[in-house]
Amino acid sequence: MTQSEFVKMIMPFKDKVYRLAKRLLVSNEEAEDATQEILLKLWRNSDKISEYKNVEAFSMTMTKNFCLDRLKSKQAQNLKIVHSNYQDEKVGLQKQIEVSDSLSWVERIMQDLPEQQKIIVQLRDIEQYDFPEISKMLDMKETAIRVALSRARKTIREKLTSTHNYGIK
Amino acid sequence: MVLNNLDTLLEKYDNGETSIKEEEQLRTYFANNEVPAHLESYKMMFQYFNNTKQEAYTKTVPLKPRKSHIYQWISVAAVLVVMFGLFKFVNRPTEPTADQLAVYNQTKEALNLVSSKFNRGQDNMRTLGLAAFQFQKASDKVDQVNEISKSTKKILKKSSKK
Repeated sequence: MTQSEFVKMIMPFKDKVYRLAKRLLVSNEEAEDATQEILLKLWRNSDKISEYKNVEAFSMTMTKNFCLDRLKSKQAQNLKIVHSNYQDEKVGLQKQIEVSDSLSWVERIMQDLPEQQKIIVQLRDIEQYDFPEISKMLDMKETAIRVALSRARKTIREKLTSTHNYGIK
Repeated sequence: MVLNNLDTLLEKYDNGETSIKEEEQLRTYFANNEVPAHLESYKMMFQYFNNTKQEAYTKTVPLKPRKSHIYQWISVAAVLVVMFGLFKFVNRPTEPTADQLAVYNQTKEALNLVSSKFNRGQDNMRTLGLAAFQFQKASDKVDQVNEISKSTKKILKKSSKK
């Protein structure tokens, strides 16, 4: 496989890999590093990988595992992933206006979800994979995915409603 | 655009039972319509999902062309073969030519001749050694005789003084 063929192959899903990495690792830099790592891994094994039917699903699984490992090792070292793109809640009027921007609320709420629900919401609501694909990527039963997804959606909405009302009052 | 079955769709959505297509309907509905306050949270979610989807990975990955190490090992093997060949070539046993053989044989004969002469010489030397030994014996005897004659002379002197 030549370099251009490889680039063509990863083109459709490299952003998805990045977004999933960012969902889990939060920091832009960490997510970029993770994405690069994943893509390089794919490149190194591109001869074997071209035999796979679904490279995209395979890559998403790889990304998920890589990021979870990364989080685990950071936790084991008692280090937190440093992210500078995280908006602080208690800063200035300007920021407060920005924060009241509903989108950052959703982002914040999603960060508090359990890892698995984060991944599922990411794959379903943002990347719009169908359930069989997600079940292949996560090696989970579809019913379990539906349950987790429903739980996550409800949590996000409840928290949004309460923060939103609180913001108005 | 109005969704007649909005409430049922939203309920299905909350339960994780909507299909991709139904979710797409909801997405476009919330993107294009003002919604009553109690549905505001849905609007925010869908907006967020749409926005997040725009995010892209902009870095380029440094893809190094994969070097296969086979060629390196082949070159190493080639060098080894060449070295071995050279070694064998330099140290090969040489077949003597007829000329060389003749010279060799001549020298060998000459050396044989010399050594046979030496052997004869050695015999002579042996007889010489024998003679020398006899001389030694004889001289020992002469010494003895000398000793005796000295002592007799002394005795003679003493007796003549008296």
